[in-house]
Amino acid sequence: MSAVLCMHDVRRRYGAGATEVVALDGVSLTVAAGEFVAIMGPSGSGKSTLLNMAGGLDHPTSGEVLVDGTDLALLDPAGLAAVRRRSIGFVFQEFNLVPQLTAEENVMLPMELDGTSVKAARRAAREALAAVDLDGRWRRFPDDLSGGEQQRVAIARAMTGDRRLILADEPTGALDTTTGEAVAELIAGYAADGGAVVLVTHEPRIASFADRIVWLRDGRVVDEVDARHGARVTR
Amino acid sequence: MSIRESLLALLAAGPRHGYQLRGEFEAATGGVWPLNVGQVYTTLERLERDGLVAGGEPDAEGRRLFALTPAGRAAIDGFMRTPGGRDAPSRDGLMMKVLIAVAAPGVDALEVIGAERSSRMAALQERRRGAREAGLNGDLAPRLALDALVALTESELRWLDLCEERILAAARTSPDTPEES
Repeated sequence: MSAVLCMHDVRRRYGAGATEVVALDGVSLTVAAGEFVAIMGPSGSGKSTLLNMAGGLDHPTSGEVLVDGTDLALLDPAGLAAVRRRSIGFVFQEFNLVPQLTAEENVMLPMELDGTSVKAARRAAREALAAVDLDGRWRRFPDDLSGGEQQRVAIARAMTGDRRLILADEPTGALDTTTGEAVAELIAGYAADGGAVVLVTHEPRIASFADRIVWLRDGRVVDEVDARHGARVTR
Repeated sequence: MSIRESLLALLAAGPRHGYQLRGEFEAATGGVWPLNVGQVYTTLERLERDGLVAGGEPDAEGRRLFALTPAGRAAIDGFMRTPGGRDAPSRDGLMMKVLIAVAAPGVDALEVIGAERSSRMAALQERRRGAREAGLNGDLAPRLALDALVALTESELRWLDLCEERILAAARTSPDTPEES
């Protein structure tokens, strides 16, 4: 198994002296292709910081973050932006679709920004929308779609192109239980097809879709379960 | 709800043999509580003694038919109309274990919580998958039973997370805990 995401002894401190906050305190996490990892933990435990580090949206005070073997610290802002567009798909609680664009155009956007022809981007977008059961709704605007459908557009956007890593921050937080489960199932399917997923959630039900569940507390990994074998991984 | 009340409720559909009641009980509860036929007959005999069911004469195969008496019907109607939810929790459950772990010297409560959480997460995964399969097969009773187990496991997991948060918060403010230097 090749590691799509490799975080090694990542620390992140904000501020200094008396006001210093240690958001991450030596976290190591490896996510292989085909693996779905859920991150749980109380608010302030470092879940979102971890996700931001993995996505190159924030940089560690020390430690390494490698995506597809590339050390994010070695990239200039343009290189980092390119990795975020090409290698990483983001899914957020509030979907973050562009309201002026149709479902299809939303999915096409990152590919077009990356120089893919409109024709190729459209074909890829339609395939991705079909994969999330939204075929035929290509021309709908986000406002005309339900919350669950909007999130599926966001997942389609995150899956297209050559991306191998999806980072999802509470993707089911704004959805009801049944719709949330359907979204979790799609994400699990993406991993089963060879993608890598890191998903932050506070919902045990959603975390139970993952292969591994990691609990953070005060910026540290305190527990880990390999749900495939029902085994607790001692840290 | 006990087996006693369950059998009374099932008898409202009409007279039944013990083995029929056993099958109907298991179908209604999604197979979560397997019941042996001996338990069914013991319960029926007690209900008969208490005047809540009336048993007929044994047939050629020695089987007796049981029917609800008016008193039995009144008992089950009353039971169904009376909401519960305020009973004391079971003493052999998770709650007692964690509370005692926190109070007992030499027990690392956070470690107990971690272990319970891990095993419950694995159970949640299994039950959620089972509920989904039952749903796909259109089996309502097992689906509802597994949904209940999923919801229960979920709430236990949420409670364990909350315990962890509260224990840590208490440790931070406790004067007994020496400050880290």
